[in-house]
Amino acid sequence: MVTLTIDGREVQAEEGTTILEAARESNIYIPTLCYHEEVTPYGACRLCLVEVARNGREKLVASCLYEVAEGLRVKTNSERIASNRKMIMELLLARCPNNKAIQDLARQLGVEKTSFKLEDKQCILCALCVRVCQEVVGVSAISLVNRGVDRQMATPFYEPSDVCIGCGACAYVCPTGAIGFEDVGDTRYIHWPNNKMEFKLRKCKTCGNYWAPEKQLDYIIKKANLSPDAFDNCPDCRD
Amino acid sequence: MKARDKPTGQKVKSILDRYQRDSGMLVSVLQDVQAEYNYLPKKSLAQVSQGLDVPLTQVYSVATFFKAFSLKPRGRHIINVCLGTACHVRGAVGIREEIERELDIKPGETTKDFKYTMETVNCVGACALGPIVIIDGKYSGQMKTDKVKPLLESYD
Repeated sequence: MVTLTIDGREVQAEEGTTILEAARESNIYIPTLCYHEEVTPYGACRLCLVEVARNGREKLVASCLYEVAEGLRVKTNSERIASNRKMIMELLLARCPNNKAIQDLARQLGVEKTSFKLEDKQCILCALCVRVCQEVVGVSAISLVNRGVDRQMATPFYEPSDVCIGCGACAYVCPTGAIGFEDVGDTRYIHWPNNKMEFKLRKCKTCGNYWAPEKQLDYIIKKANLSPDAFDNCPDCRD
Repeated sequence: MKARDKPTGQKVKSILDRYQRDSGMLVSVLQDVQAEYNYLPKKSLAQVSQGLDVPLTQVYSVATFFKAFSLKPRGRHIINVCLGTACHVRGAVGIREEIERELDIKPGETTKDFKYTMETVNCVGACALGPIVIIDGKYSGQMKTDKVKPLLESYD
C-alpha cells in the first residue's frame, strides 16, 4: 500500500493502481468518458487529467493511466486543470454537437458553446467498444482504422464481420451512445457509426419469444463447454 | 491486374515462416508482403492474421494506419513528389500538376496500366535539391516542369 494526497486528503492505494482508481475509491470525482473498470485504460478522452507534483514541478497527466506512488501529491480541480478540461470538452462538443451525453457533460463542466468548427459525429474514438469486444467478449470484431482525421471505428474492410456475435456489448458501453442496437422480430440490428450488421435471434422453445442472437448463444456454449440445448429456453422459461 | 501475380498464399506462408510466426513482427511481415505484391491483398491480410494469431481487426488497423502500406494495387514505379516547404516555394506544386497532367492521376492514384503510382511527401530532407521528385527511391533534384516528361519516359 502507498499513501498519496489527493486534493489535500491522505489516501491509501494499492501499488500498481492508478490515480483515478484511488480517487474513485475515496469518492473523489474525476470526469471520464473512455474509462471502464473492466478493460485496460487507454487515455483517449483526456478528461480525467489531473495535476501531479514531482520534483517540485507540477504536470498534467491522465489519471486513468498514471500509477499511484508513495508521497504523490495530486490535485483534481485546479484552475489549470479546469481550463484544460474545458478546452478538451470544447473540442469534443465541436465533434459531437448533437450528442446528448457530450452536451450534458459539457454543461456540467461549464462549457456552453464551442469556438471550433462544428462536425456532426456521435463517436469520439475512445475505443471503449474496441477494448470491450477484445478483452471482455474475447472476439475482437471491431477496431479503430485509418489515421488522423480519417480515423474511424469499423470492422475490417468495413464489411460484415465473421467473428462478431451480435452481443451488443459495444453498444452497451459506448459513452456517447454512438452505436445503435435494436431487436425487431427475429432480427437484431447493430448500427456502428460506419457500417451495420444483422443477426438472427433464437426463439425460446417454451414461450416463443425471440431472445438472443444465435451466434452469441453458440459462442457461449462453445466457450463455457455447455450442452448444445443449454439455451433452448429463454431465461424466463428456464427452471 | 494483367501480368500480375495472383496472391498465391504460398509466398505469404514463407514470409510468415521467416519470422517464426511471431506476432510482434506484424509490421515487418506486412512490409515483406507489400514488397512481394506491391500492395497488401485482402486475402494476405487474413492469412497474416491467422498465421500470427493476431485478430484481423488489429492487422487491418495497422495496415490502414501506416502510409507506407497500401490496400490497393500500386504501379510498378512509385513516384514521390516532395511538397515540403523548401520544394513548395521552388515550385513543387507545378511539378505535381505536370505529373498529374502527364499521367492523368491524382496523388495516391495509380495509372490504369499499373505503370505509375503518384504520392506526395512533406519533406525528404534534401531541401537543397528542391523541388525534388523520387521515383523508386532514386532522387531527381532541381526539377523543372519540362523535365517531367523525359524523366517519366526513362522508366518502362
